[in-house]
Amino acid sequence: MNFITIDKKDWAGGIDRSRKTYRVFGPVQDENGCQIKPLTPDLYPLMDAGVTVMSPKSVLFPQTEKMLTATLDASREDHHIMKPVEKDDTLRVVLGIRPYDARAILLVKLNFDNPDYQDPYWCDAYAATTFVGLGVNRPGPCDFSTSTGCGPFSEEGLDVLMADLDDRYLAKILTEKGETWAGACGFDTTADAAESQALFDILRKEAEKNITASVDTDQLSEKSILDLHEAPFWDDVAFSCINCGTCTYVCPTCWCFDIQDETKHKTAVRFRNWDSCMSPLFTHHASGHNPRESKVQRVRQRFMHKLKYFVDKYDQGIMCVGCGRCVASCPVNIDIREVCTIMNNHESK
Amino acid sequence: MDTCIEKIRAICADLLAKGEVQKVIGFAEGSIPMASRPIAVTSKDDVEKLVFNATCGLNLANYVSDALPKEGKIAVTAKGCDSRNLVTHMVENQVSRDRLYIIGVPCTGMVDKRKIAALFEDEITDFIEEGDTLTIVSAQKKEVVSKKDMLRHNCRMCTHRNPVVFDVMAAEPVAEQSLDQPFADVDQIAAMDPEARWAHFQELTKNCIRCYACRNACPLCYCPTCFVDESSPQWVGKGQDKTDINTFHFLRAFHCAGRCTDCGACVEACPMGINVRDFTRKLNKDALELFGWEAGLDMEKRPPLDVYSPDDPDDFIK
Repeated sequence: MNFITIDKKDWAGGIDRSRKTYRVFGPVQDENGCQIKPLTPDLYPLMDAGVTVMSPKSVLFPQTEKMLTATLDASREDHHIMKPVEKDDTLRVVLGIRPYDARAILLVKLNFDNPDYQDPYWCDAYAATTFVGLGVNRPGPCDFSTSTGCGPFSEEGLDVLMADLDDRYLAKILTEKGETWAGACGFDTTADAAESQALFDILRKEAEKNITASVDTDQLSEKSILDLHEAPFWDDVAFSCINCGTCTYVCPTCWCFDIQDETKHKTAVRFRNWDSCMSPLFTHHASGHNPRESKVQRVRQRFMHKLKYFVDKYDQGIMCVGCGRCVASCPVNIDIREVCTIMNNHESK
Repeated sequence: MDTCIEKIRAICADLLAKGEVQKVIGFAEGSIPMASRPIAVTSKDDVEKLVFNATCGLNLANYVSDALPKEGKIAVTAKGCDSRNLVTHMVENQVSRDRLYIIGVPCTGMVDKRKIAALFEDEITDFIEEGDTLTIVSAQKKEVVSKKDMLRHNCRMCTHRNPVVFDVMAAEPVAEQSLDQPFADVDQIAAMDPEARWAHFQELTKNCIRCYACRNACPLCYCPTCFVDESSPQWVGKGQDKTDINTFHFLRAFHCAGRCTDCGACVEACPMGINVRDFTRKLNKDALELFGWEAGLDMEKRPPLDVYSPDDPDDFIK
């Protein structure tokens, strides 16, 4: 691993140089808070921003994505035949991604890119993307990422991990993609590896000290699915839930989607949209039957998927990276940390 | 306002101990600073969980129908706006008065959590409310501010802080506000030329993620299946197409005409901080100016949109 140092005075210039080959994404602030968005040529990432309201998952998995299109014009030979849409798979880079969000992308990858299925939309986007992370020096009160297998300076899933050292960034190049990006920016001032690593270790330890929230997950895989499913606490957990989709949409690891066909004049388009297990429509069968008709069933599903089914299926820990976005954004303060603890400590009778 | 919590707890303990109600719907302390959460308390031993403070900005009328047992009563703590939505529920036959025990809570307003968060560059780690004084702490600094200066817009515009219907009051009524310009925000939008007005609403919803928190936090939205969730036929596209996002917001607002109490739960719930009240406020103004109507004040009167009146301001109906 090699380290480079980036003077903050050179940062914007480097980004501009990289724009020749990369579509640049990063945190920007607007009336609705801070979001990861494509940066137009006049925009630079807000590197000292807080947690973005939405996670960066949309860079690879947009909320609405065009998949296929067909003409309905019967005079055309290929009418009603769905064809791939043109996609922009030029290189893209996400700047200032938080380390836990990079781990989240690896968890999402388990669904979109595995031996059984390779989702071409997600896989192509993933292949085109470089993730340049920024260590979190001051994690907030909702952050519990040290309990979820990552933390404020975790490297997993990143191509570059940077540390903010006031007047400069110290960057650890982790992959070839990262090296290529640094080259495109013209960032080439190498830093001493041993010294830099020691500095990263100090920063990591300091940052981790600021994380006071934690969850216990050690018992989850031992629990019986049916015991948890039938446990008496779900009514209480779900009482305040209003069944909006906020938790699932702000979540960096929620990957569920719905496919819809829309027609306009003589064109048909097949889209995929984020879906939410909080919505009754999510499991509404064509017959009219809904196996998850009640709110309690839907709330249970969300937590069982993240904290039990996923744990059992993939053996990669919980389907949560501890970003705390759902905790911060839930209109009724349902806190996954509390639910996880209840599930982890549940004793069947 | 925080002083009445002991009275609320005592009332609830008494109701539950005597079996007069099966549960009490109120607010509990949240797990993070500046948060509270709706809770159903079923045992007198749990009344200590109840809190009431300036973060209890959701509308508990939203929980009443689902929480109602097959028989018997439930109690609900109700601010001025919650009580007006309980009245609206009763007028719309969603719940009958004799099933509810309403604990009226005079309200001096709820805080605008986004406005407070904007005082800080980092995340808030502590929030303490003592009377009108709010002490807010982050890793970087501490701010001491007056609650009056941090109220939500709807609370600043509120003229019904005291519950309009109750079985018992948890405190003495508070003074009602009188406003010189109750709809200055609406007038400002109305004064725009059509292009600017359209642009305003396009800008307003540009970051909407269609989570439907605004709809689901609203006590008025109790349709078994919302029009946006209908699948056969499907009325609205499900994606991020602007037309579909607009359709949702416009229709949601119109469904609230003559029913909205401006409780602010929709804005409180929105994870993106979209001021969706820009839609409903105009309808509230129209209801007041055209029909002399404010929702949820009178259990005996029918709402303007479900009654015929020879005095109707529109000619086409006469």
